[in-house]
Amino acid sequence: MTRVVEGKNIVRDYHVGGGLFTGPRTVHAVKGVSFNVDKGKTLAIVGESGSGKSTLARIITLIDPATAGELFIDGKKVDIARGGLTREMRRKVQIVFQNPYGSLNPRQKIGDVLGEPLLINTDRSAADRRDLAMKMLKKVGLGHEHYNRYPHMFSGGQRQRIAIARALMLNPSLLVLDEPVSALDLSVQAQVLNLLADLQDEFQLTYVFISHDLSVVRYIADDVMVMYLGEAVEYGSREEVFADPKHSYTKTLFAATPRADVASIKARLAKKKAA
Amino acid sequence: MSLLEIKNLTVSFDTAAGPFMAVQGIDLSIEPREVLAIVGESGSGKSVSMLAVMGLLPNTATVKADRMAFDGVDLLKLSPSERRKIIGKDISMIFQEPIASLNPCFTAGFQIEEVLRFHMGMDRAQRRARAIELMKLVGIADPELRLSSFPHQMSGGQCQRIMIAIAIACNPKLLIADEPTTALDVTIQKQILDLLVSLQAKYGMGLIMITHNMGVVAETADRVIVQYKGRKMEEADVLSLFESPKSNYTRALLSALPENAVGDRLPTVSEVMFEPAPSGARA
Repeated sequence: MTRVVEGKNIVRDYHVGGGLFTGPRTVHAVKGVSFNVDKGKTLAIVGESGSGKSTLARIITLIDPATAGELFIDGKKVDIARGGLTREMRRKVQIVFQNPYGSLNPRQKIGDVLGEPLLINTDRSAADRRDLAMKMLKKVGLGHEHYNRYPHMFSGGQRQRIAIARALMLNPSLLVLDEPVSALDLSVQAQVLNLLADLQDEFQLTYVFISHDLSVVRYIADDVMVMYLGEAVEYGSREEVFADPKHSYTKTLFAATPRADVASIKARLAKKKAA
Repeated sequence: MSLLEIKNLTVSFDTAAGPFMAVQGIDLSIEPREVLAIVGESGSGKSVSMLAVMGLLPNTATVKADRMAFDGVDLLKLSPSERRKIIGKDISMIFQEPIASLNPCFTAGFQIEEVLRFHMGMDRAQRRARAIELMKLVGIADPELRLSSFPHQMSGGQCQRIMIAIAIACNPKLLIADEPTTALDVTIQKQILDLLVSLQAKYGMGLIMITHNMGVVAETADRVIVQYKGRKMEEADVLSLFESPKSNYTRALLSALPENAVGDRLPTVSEVMFEPAPSGARA
């Protein structure tokens, strides 16, 4: 089993410059988090706003450098603060953002959206790029007729498919999904989750899946990491974490998740009657 | 008598491509002290029908109904100024984006007191006392201090609490909550839902929860209406809806919940559902 990404004690501090009346201070966004993901597996990172999960995503995606700690991608140590980024490294990690309405350029045709990563990172010809884009459209469940359309002509679910297609254009070894379904309707969410599962099977993709929705995480993840205030308070296989949460925050999170099964509705109604 | 009674409500919007029917013949009624959930995906018309009740739709919308009565008053015949006396007082609404629905230029205290001044005619000291009382009620720490906080100085959860305080300021008979927790974290969501349900029970309000989250429905509702493309698909009490859903669409929605997944794939609504669109639904 090859290890695609590994983080050791990753720390990220942000220095917030002082204003007129306040001194500068340091925000510890991520405080020493370690993790690893094997090829073809999914690691889910769960936490609420301010827990540092998106900062960690930025570090894994090589957008932001870590303040301390080591990040290995495909076994190679990466430090973008020193040494910068090669084309090759940039190709290896891709990201899909939460809001498909905001992450596509409204003035760019879908064909150009998909061709752009190739244009920037490879030396392929225009005909090649077009070919590859057409193939990718098929893979994510869209058709050739969509090539010349603009983002506003698509629904939210279709746009998220396009965002996923764009991320896959460079055959990345790791795909970071930052809340990819939380802006979508329930039925569309199911389609996109199915697509992600199919693509993972087909290309042996590795996912880092960031979410605050535990029911989605339970469905898609192999390993789960729960973050709280910059720390990984719980990290283990899906079965371990869901069957036996150890940390009190994880338990709070589970208790807060609304339950849609008949038994809990019965319990609630009985309680209401008694009150 | 029902608190709110709507018969055959139709809302259409004038667009460049002709009228667009957002709501087609919805019947709805809610009793005092009842929690009704309206569930549906985006475009199902669930918000539009409630905005029609509030009279908050833009000029391009045409609202038609056989009957739309609140507490015996026919809402269709009211003049705008008469309607304003009811809206915000006897019927009030909470919206999805708490930070966006508060006015960034005014303090939380001012915005709560504004309602009290307009509808209750209280003097300054009474307003202040009531605002502090309301803030305590919705669980805001240090209410005296928070009166002079601006929306940007508070978290999303706190802003939503302020919105709830404004909504319940005049002891409304009906509270409409339009996706009140969608923008919030799960743990905060739980707190806000608990708060809404406890306030509803305490003051005997009718509560309409508009949501797309089946979990929220299961945790709060007495009765549920499922909407799809402007039509009512099903109406049932909460237990029978989850135990034995009658319409295909509800069944499809429930099976698309990740927690109900059997095996590796999630059934999607279009797979489970009628293809083509259900009889009567908008194409």
